[in-house]
Amino acid sequence: MVDLSYLAQQVINGLQLGFVYALIALGYTMVYGIIRLINFAHGDIFMIGAYVGFFSYSVLHWDFLPGILFSMVVCVIVAVIIERLAYKPLRNAPRIAALITAIGVSMFLEYFTSLKFVFGPNPRQFPRPFEVVTWQIGGINVNSIQLIILVVTLAMLALLQFVVYRTKMGMAMRGVSFDFDTAKLMGINVDVVVSFTFALGSALAGAGGILFAIAYPQVQPFMGIMPGLKAFVAAVLGGIGIIPGALLGALIMGQAEVLTAAFVSTTWKDAVAFAILIIVLMVKPTGLLGKRGTDKV
Amino acid sequence: MKHLKPVVLAVFALAVSALLVLSGCSSSAPTPAATSAPAATSAPAAGAAAAAPAAAGKAIAIKIGLSAPLSGEVKTFGESTKNAFDMAVDEATKAGKVNITAVVVDDKGDPTEGVNGATKLINQDKVQAIMGSVTSKVTIPVSEVAQANKVVMITSTSTNPKVTVDGKRKDFIFRACFIDPFQGTVMAKFAATTLKAKTAAVVYDISNDYTKGLSEFFRDAFEKGGGKVVQFDSYGAQDVDFSAILTKTASLNPDVLFIPDYYNKVNLLANQAREKGVKAPLLGGDGWDSPELDTKAVEGGYFSNHYSPEDTRPEVQDWVNKYKAKYNVVPDALATLGYDATNLLINAVVTAGSADSTKIRDAMAATKGFKAVTGSITFDQNGDPVKSAVVIQIKDGKQKFAEAVNP
Repeated sequence: MVDLSYLAQQVINGLQLGFVYALIALGYTMVYGIIRLINFAHGDIFMIGAYVGFFSYSVLHWDFLPGILFSMVVCVIVAVIIERLAYKPLRNAPRIAALITAIGVSMFLEYFTSLKFVFGPNPRQFPRPFEVVTWQIGGINVNSIQLIILVVTLAMLALLQFVVYRTKMGMAMRGVSFDFDTAKLMGINVDVVVSFTFALGSALAGAGGILFAIAYPQVQPFMGIMPGLKAFVAAVLGGIGIIPGALLGALIMGQAEVLTAAFVSTTWKDAVAFAILIIVLMVKPTGLLGKRGTDKV
Repeated sequence: MKHLKPVVLAVFALAVSALLVLSGCSSSAPTPAATSAPAATSAPAAGAAAAAPAAAGKAIAIKIGLSAPLSGEVKTFGESTKNAFDMAVDEATKAGKVNITAVVVDDKGDPTEGVNGATKLINQDKVQAIMGSVTSKVTIPVSEVAQANKVVMITSTSTNPKVTVDGKRKDFIFRACFIDPFQGTVMAKFAATTLKAKTAAVVYDISNDYTKGLSEFFRDAFEKGGGKVVQFDSYGAQDVDFSAILTKTASLNPDVLFIPDYYNKVNLLANQAREKGVKAPLLGGDGWDSPELDTKAVEGGYFSNHYSPEDTRPEVQDWVNKYKAKYNVVPDALATLGYDATNLLINAVVTAGSADSTKIRDAMAATKGFKAVTGSITFDQNGDPVKSAVVIQIKDGKQKFAEAVNP
């Protein structure tokens, strides 16, 4: 039955999903790479980004670009505050303490924002800041939202690669991720590096939130849970701590989800997504691009 | 300084636990039934301190609990229901036959919250009757709680058959609306006869009893009528991306697409369906009935409902006018059924002449030909009324009456 243009259409759907997951997965992977913390609150930063966008577009009537930049700025501020308040005091504590704190921060963000005087628990329609244009290319529909998601994600990825490999701060980030204590001894201000990493990851999550809300125009305080979980799986799949791995993992996750829904059964799609996590952890826990590191004495 | 920290911690812990204990005790102490200690969270009606219990011929004092989704994904349903409930309670109190203390619980459209709320209403507030809930997935577990505690309950809008009969008849539970086997058949027949559809695609939420039930009944009726259901796919409660499902729908090109979910999901589904190139008219059920439905996305679609404000019967026009006068909007089906259900309950209380749940239940079951806004109500042996449905079209961004369908 496999009609080529139908398959191509579904592949494009999978790419759209994959790129949005990639934006979130990048944040997870960067933070883990630097301080070995899985920031479970990351999906909720994504949600806050979406809500800030909702505010910018529907109340302030800004254009697309100022809205997304403002969203990124707010997410950066929120993330740095969270890092300073919740994670920094636990830097020397056993890792499980930081993990539980991350879960706590996540729940706090979700339930606090669902209070009536903050965002409220009801879903809200997200106003799109531009009209959607659809093009027909050889029997396949592509729309402007998918194009923008693609462009923005690739731009973010390029920016990230530039920052990490061509700037002094990036060098410091790589140093800290290699060996935390030695970096400190070498005179790197690790507090600044960690905060910068959180900021960068959260800016990406904020952008991801806006793009997600434009593609699926509804915001509600718990919207970050599922995409956050799937992006986490994507980051692990690609190799947690490895930036290109996050993109690879996310694209695979997006395809797996959409193609399962299209060709197997829609009820199985989430099961497949999370089965991938289990299989990866059993077979190659360091992920597809991960190297098994040996600790040299 | 060293000894200060544990002391500070101890004092802090004591203060926190004291606060918790005090806040826990703030709800009313349980009072025996049939007295009227006002424990209302929001009792517009007879919150006044009416002391004596009912004597024959005097107003019967009764405590009624309302469980509705005042927040969450179907909040407009809950708001409409509560508005109507308040109005009915007001009118009944003014008429002098009952003295109602209302206790309102927000079940947030969530089954767990609903069960917690119902347990609180029954055990803590000691209500003698419950109005609620609104959505089937909440009402079904809540009805189990009410039935187990022998508290009479009526739901205004839950259409899934399992509310009143789940294996066996839950004899304390009633409803004011038609049930999904009928509703699914209505839309299937409408699609086949009026829209001349030969193929249909059905997309539903697998975790929601309402959409699941309605989809199955639609499919059975559509296929019995000779049509073919080309797609019968489900999604999860948290899903926002339906691109895979809807791309498949577009490639199958059915004559109609049936999406019987609540308005928030329908908004997402309808928009994505149009984006993916689904050209068929969209069909739905009474879950579409909300002012927050994206009428642009579902333009040209049809859904089955319980009443239409364009109905010329005097009861309907009276109701529309007085609701508009009080709340400034035309009442939707949720409000209208809420009004009917509350009045059915109050009527049963007055007929029974007491606030005893079992007597009220008997009076409810014996209700015949009660003149409600949505039609004449007689309960069958399952506590379900036999009623007509209307099919509403979304045209030019507004709801327009299309057709009435009798059982």
